Amino acid sequence: MKVQIRYFASLREALGPRESLDLPEGSTLGALRDALIDCSPGHAQALARSRAVRCALNQRLCDESVRLEENAEVAFFPPVTGG
Amino acid sequence: MVERVSVRHADFDLSAEVAALRAGDGGVGAVVAFVGTVREHSGGQEISRMELEHYPGMTEAAIEAMIDAAAQRFEIRAARVVHRVGELLPSEQIVLVAVSSAHRGQAFLACEFLMDYLKTQAPFWKKESTPEGARWVDARSSDDAALERWGLRSGNAA
Repeated sequence: MKVQIRYFASLREALGPRESLDLPEGSTLGALRDALIDCSPGHAQALARSRAVRCALNQRLCDESVRLEENAEVAFFPPVTGG
Repeated sequence: MVERVSVRHADFDLSAEVAALRAGDGGVGAVVAFVGTVREHSGGQEISRMELEHYPGMTEAAIEAMIDAAAQRFEIRAARVVHRVGELLPSEQIVLVAVSSAHRGQAFLACEFLMDYLKTQAPFWKKESTPEGARWVDARSSDDAALERWGLRSGNAA
């Protein structure tokens, strides 16, 4: 299945605003992050497990245990700093 | 009914926002408004400008959900959130949270609840320009602690 990925703030600067990836059916968001980490050294650095990275599925904050569906919109970004 | 959430570059007028918030509601006895502004210094460095990025669509939905949560917890009559994005200069207004209620206590609480929620759960990111270059602002664990006072887990700066 194909999922759409978006990046914001420092992750967008490192990886670009969006990309898509093919994943096995039923993959979790954590599995997507693992697959992205394997994509390039830039991905490995930006999405490293040692870094504070938050994620959203279909524009709602979530954790990495959620399961993805075809055409899901997943976003990765640093901790938020509005207000 | 006034639109509850506005995310935009344009500035806001506090008086006009408060007037619109309570227009036509004779039950309002209190309005509390918070305005956040751009500081000219941060971490000992001069700030020449600030760039605010957000996640269009998610931002508005997240703030709408926060207002729903505030309305469930507190006896408020209306709420309005305006958050600016794009390039802002020192002293400019960034954010408005205004809440109306019958009595002041609930309006004070709801306004602070909304700000604590927004600081840690709405997808905005600030980038400051300093004499040494531009840098993304770090999230503060004190903002997580502020949300946790309301019994909500933040996990933002973690």
